[in-house]
Amino acid sequence: MNRPKTWLLVFVALIWAASWFQGAINPYYFDILITIGINIVLGVSLNLVNGYTGQFSLGHAGFMAVGAYVSAAMTIFLCPRWLAACGGGSTAESALFLGALVAGGFGAALAGLAVGVPSLRLKGDYLAIVTLGFGEIIRVMVQNTEAVGGSRGLSIPARETGLFTTYLAAALAVYVVVSLVHSTYGRGFLMVRDDEVAAEAMGINTTKYKVMAFVVGAFFAGIAGGLYAHFKQFIHPEGFGFLRSVDIVVIVILGGMGNTPGVILAAILLTILPEGLRALAALEALPVWLRGMIQNRMILYSLLLIGLMLTRPQGLFSGGGKWLRWWKRRQA
Amino acid sequence: MTEFLQQLINGLSLGSIYALIALGYTMVYGVLKFINFAHGDVYMVGAFAGYYLAPWVWKVIPAGQDTTRFSWSSSAGAFAVLLLSMAVCAVLGILIEKLVYRPLRKRPRLTVLITAIGVSIFLENFGQYLFGADPKSFPEILPDRAIEGLGDLTVMVNQSVVLVVTLILLVALHFIVMRTKMGTAMRALAYNPAAASLMGINNDVIISFTFGLGSALAAAAGILNAINYPSIDPLMGILPGIKAFVAAVLGGIGNLQGAVLGGILLGVLETLVVGYVSPMYRDAIAFAVLIAILLFKPNGLLGRVESEKV
Repeated sequence: MNRPKTWLLVFVALIWAASWFQGAINPYYFDILITIGINIVLGVSLNLVNGYTGQFSLGHAGFMAVGAYVSAAMTIFLCPRWLAACGGGSTAESALFLGALVAGGFGAALAGLAVGVPSLRLKGDYLAIVTLGFGEIIRVMVQNTEAVGGSRGLSIPARETGLFTTYLAAALAVYVVVSLVHSTYGRGFLMVRDDEVAAEAMGINTTKYKVMAFVVGAFFAGIAGGLYAHFKQFIHPEGFGFLRSVDIVVIVILGGMGNTPGVILAAILLTILPEGLRALAALEALPVWLRGMIQNRMILYSLLLIGLMLTRPQGLFSGGGKWLRWWKRRQA
Repeated sequence: MTEFLQQLINGLSLGSIYALIALGYTMVYGVLKFINFAHGDVYMVGAFAGYYLAPWVWKVIPAGQDTTRFSWSSSAGAFAVLLLSMAVCAVLGILIEKLVYRPLRKRPRLTVLITAIGVSIFLENFGQYLFGADPKSFPEILPDRAIEGLGDLTVMVNQSVVLVVTLILLVALHFIVMRTKMGTAMRALAYNPAAASLMGINNDVIISFTFGLGSALAAAAGILNAINYPSIDPLMGILPGIKAFVAAVLGGIGNLQGAVLGGILLGVLETLVVGYVSPMYRDAIAFAVLIAILLFKPNGLLGRVESEKV
C-alpha cells in the first residue's frame, strides 16, 4: 500500500470518528468547518486546472451551480420516491444523498466536457473570458428553468451535508488531484503548463490533457455544489455568479498555483478571514472609514490579489518544501 | 416595419455605448497585448464622476440646471459634465497603468490578467464603499423628450445625442490616431514596440496616453448611457465591460474600425434578441456571440490573421 492511500484511509477514519461528535459542535463553528471543507474541494479542484495545467478558468462557480442543482433536483424529485420504494431508513437516505452528490459531480463533469472541448483551443485571456461567459450562460439557463425554481431559487428540505461527507469529499479531491499530478497524466498537465508548443512537439495530445484536467476539476466543483446546496438548504442562481468564481480563484492564487498544500491552507485562511474581519469591523476603537472598508471583504481580496501579483506571484505559501526539507534534515 | 426600425434605432444607441468602451479595450490591446479587465469599471467611474460633477457645473452655469427646454446653457452644462468626467477617467486610467500594470510589463500574461481582475474587483467594491451600494439616480443634464414629426417612431432626443456625440468622438479619435504625432507613435508602438523605442519614441508616455484616451472614451460612454438610463450603481460596469470586450473581439481585437463595427453589431443584435426572442437571454447573447466568433473566426471580422511564432 502506498503512502497517499494510507494517509487517505487514516484521514477518513479520523473524520468518521470526529463526525460522531458533530452534534456537540457550536452551530457557528460547525458552519465555518463545513464551509472550509467545501472551499478546500473547490480550491483544490480549480488548482488542477489553473495551477497544474496552466489554463485560467473563471467559470468554476458555473460547474458548482450544475452540481448543486442536479443533486438538489435528485433529492427533491427522485429520492423520496426511491426511499418509499425501498422502505426508508437513515442508511438508505445517506446512500441516496451520496448518490445525488455523485450525480451532481457527473452532471458538472459533463458540463465541463461540453465547455472544455470547444474552449480549450483558446489560450490565456481568451480562455478566461470564455469560461466566464460559460459560467454566466449556465446561470442564465438555470434562471430560466422554472422546474428548479428559476430566479426564485430552490429550497432543499433536508440538511444532509455533515462533517463526514464534506471532509470525505475534501480528502478524495486532494487524493485524486495529488495522485493525478504524480502520475503520467500529471507530467502531461505540467508540460502543457510549462510549454505547450514543446509538449505538442513531443507528441503529447495537449487538448486531451487540458480537457481531462477541466473535466476532473468540474466534477469536484459539482460535488462541492451538491454539498453546498444540502448544507445551506437554499440555492439561488445569483449565488453562483462571477464573484463566486473569483472567490475560488483568490483561494488558488493565494495558496500558490500548483501548490496543493498551499491551496488547502488558503481555503482555511480565506474562510476564517471574513469572520475575523467582521469582528475587527465591530471594534469601536478603529476609525469609521476603516471599519466601513473592512466590512467589504472584496476590497481586501482585490488588494491582496494585486499585491501578491506585484510581489509574490508564486503565492503566499510557496517555499513550504524548503521548510519541510530543513525539518527532515534536522530529523536525520 | 416601424417596430423593426424602432428596435434598430434602440440597438444603434446601445451599440454606440459598446463601441466607445470597446475602443478602449482594443487600443490597450494594441499597445500592450493584454486585456484590461478593469476597463468596464472605468466606465462606471465615468458615470459617477458625472453624477458628482453635475452640481458643481451648475454652480458655474446656473441656467444649465433648467432642463425644461433646450437652451445653450443646458447644452453647455451637459458638455462640461461630459468633458470633466472624461478628464477624471483619463487620470484614473493613467494612474492604474502607472501604479499597477507598469511594474508587471515583463511578467507572464497570466500575472497581468489576474492583476487586472484584481483592479476590476477593487474598483467595484471600493466604489460600493465610496458611493454606496444602492443605485443612484443620474441628474437630468439634458431635456429628455421625443423628437416630433417621425410618425410612429419614438426617438428620444437623448438617443440622438448619444449617436451624435459618439460620431464626433469617433471622428476626433480617428484624427488623433491618424494625424497627430502621438497617434503615429501609438500605431508604431502597436506595430513593433522595440523598433518604436529605437526610433526615439518614449514607450511609457505613449502607453500612458493610450490608457488616458481609452479611459476618457469609456467615461463618455458612461455619461451617454446614464442620460438614457439614469440608474447608476458601482457594479454597473461589469456586464457592459464584458460585452464591449466581446464587441472588440468580434471586430478583431487591436483594430479600431473593428471595435466600432463590433459594438454596433452587438448592440443591434442584443436589442433584436430582447425584442423578438426573450428579454431573459439579454445577457447570454453576448457570450454566445463570443464563443461562436472565437471558434469560427478567432481573429474577428476585420482582424489580421497572425501566425504564431515559436
